[in-house]
Amino acid sequence: MKRFAHTVIAIAVLLNLCAAASAELLFPPPEFESDYVMPTTTTPHPHQDVYEYVDVAVLFIALSLASYLVLKKRSRRATFVLMILSLIYFGFWRKGCVCPIGAIQNVVLSIFDSTYAVPITVSLFFLLPLAFTLFFGRVFCAAVCPLGAIQDLVLLHPVSVPYWLAAGLRALAYLYLALAVLFAATGSGFLICRYDPFVAFFRFSGNVNILIIGVCFLLVGLFIGRPYCRFFCPYGVILRQVSRLSKWRVTITPDECIQCRLCEDACPFGAIRSPAVEWPAVEYAKAKKRLAFLILLLPVLIVLCGWGGSRLKNVTSRMHSTVRLAERIYLEEAGEVEDITDPSTVFRATGETIESLYERASIIRNKFILGGWLLGGFMGLVIGVKLAAVSVWRKRTDYEADRAGCIACGRCFKYCPREQLRLSKTKQEVC
Amino acid sequence: MAESKDIITRRQLLKNGCCGGCLAGLGALGGLLAAKSRPGDTVWQIDPYKCIACGNCETYCVLEESAVKCVQVYELCGYCDYCPGFHEPGATALDTGAENELCPTGAIKRKFVEEPYFDYTIDEPLCIGCAKCVKGCAAFGNGSLFLQVRHDRCLNCNECSIAAACPSGAFKRVPADKPYLLKNVENA
Repeated sequence: MKRFAHTVIAIAVLLNLCAAASAELLFPPPEFESDYVMPTTTTPHPHQDVYEYVDVAVLFIALSLASYLVLKKRSRRATFVLMILSLIYFGFWRKGCVCPIGAIQNVVLSIFDSTYAVPITVSLFFLLPLAFTLFFGRVFCAAVCPLGAIQDLVLLHPVSVPYWLAAGLRALAYLYLALAVLFAATGSGFLICRYDPFVAFFRFSGNVNILIIGVCFLLVGLFIGRPYCRFFCPYGVILRQVSRLSKWRVTITPDECIQCRLCEDACPFGAIRSPAVEWPAVEYAKAKKRLAFLILLLPVLIVLCGWGGSRLKNVTSRMHSTVRLAERIYLEEAGEVEDITDPSTVFRATGETIESLYERASIIRNKFILGGWLLGGFMGLVIGVKLAAVSVWRKRTDYEADRAGCIACGRCFKYCPREQLRLSKTKQEVC
Repeated sequence: MAESKDIITRRQLLKNGCCGGCLAGLGALGGLLAAKSRPGDTVWQIDPYKCIACGNCETYCVLEESAVKCVQVYELCGYCDYCPGFHEPGATALDTGAENELCPTGAIKRKFVEEPYFDYTIDEPLCIGCAKCVKGCAAFGNGSLFLQVRHDRCLNCNECSIAAACPSGAFKRVPADKPYLLKNVENA
């Protein structure tokens, strides 16, 4: 009976399409005799196009200001104020869209889909923080990103996360990035935007499940500094790598380190590296062998993870609406389901053959096989390099901020007695 | 000490090389994006000829009250006495006033123009975008009532939640300077 009703609707839709072709109205518009004035349909203008270039300008100014405040002025307080202002502007005022994190997907989509042209403002949102990071370190994370800011605000009692655990959890961010790129490249959807945990706070409304995830992140964020930034943010992992190469970077003090260890407790993000002592000869020989083994293991890991990734095609490809539709039609044709969904009704009304739908779906699924290989291979590389990094010894004589992990928040400055001394000296000079 | 500063170590050279490479890569990406970019922003809009009035627009919007609302294109309206978008099916047999209305919030206002014509306008603050009227008007009328994203309300999310849930692929990105896809007489 239900199927019949759907067929009727499908026929009605089809009839409508036919009517569209003949361009004739069912009920011709009347010719009024009275002085009735026909109202016009209002079309309120979108307000974002007023702001689109303003947003880019504000982003540029905020990034420049953040670089100045962190590297030149060396003021945590000023950085904090800028962070709050960014949270208010990009978060609550502009409602969190578009952000550089989500812009990854627009950029990827525009590269893989010739029909999609990325707006220039969105490209700039993606590129500007990258360029700034290449010169000044992760100043975007420090004081511009509204997602980072909202987590920074709730950080009340930081607990340090063991290094191995933090490094392990960070693999999630790489996976998140790889999945987001896969889904964007195949045109399946924007994963990062769909599961943005904080955007619901900026808008004071949103999906309940996402809101719960957001609240969980903030609760965890009371004790673990910026959990989303450190363990999930896909843009953060790109910035991490770019930041390794940055021209200038945050120093705990521009003066000489006296190794008082006071700064060790200052960083809630575990980004301060203590001086590394020389490895004992026995350890060194062992580490050398281990490194050689891990480097040999790397290709194996890449291939293995790549194979695993390609095996996930049935799960991952379901993100694409065409694959979902084809699976649904298959079930309906096999008589395994009783009812008919909206997408299948639409599909049946188009008159496209089921075979051609299956073919389209299988082309998309093949993309997911290739994508799965690349995704898995990338994850294998990430895991392999992480393992190998354990066996690499870097000489460090002083306490310093980790190039990749430091988000340039400036919390450590005031902990350093050398910095206090330097500040009092400059103050005296000014007086 | 001063001498050693002038000498570029292998590590520094490598780092500078990588930094330069990264800058060049960023420049290349920027160039590629500039070639593929469009100058103006895009916004989300519903293609009314693809919309099947499923009702997702009411529930899937991230806003409490959906940014999608019904619009009336008067040039297409038949000004019917009995409006399949306004009245419940079989309303002519009923005589209980408000209960004859299809719209759950009473957002469509029916006003007498002249015998036998009535004009139907949308009271936008009341409309919730449920598409009940759209379904009625499309099935049995001219289809002058249809859904549009109202850009005074839309937040222009990077990925529209309704677009992700749209069963007919009616949502698309349109240029921000032409933000509406209204039906017109030629394509009616």
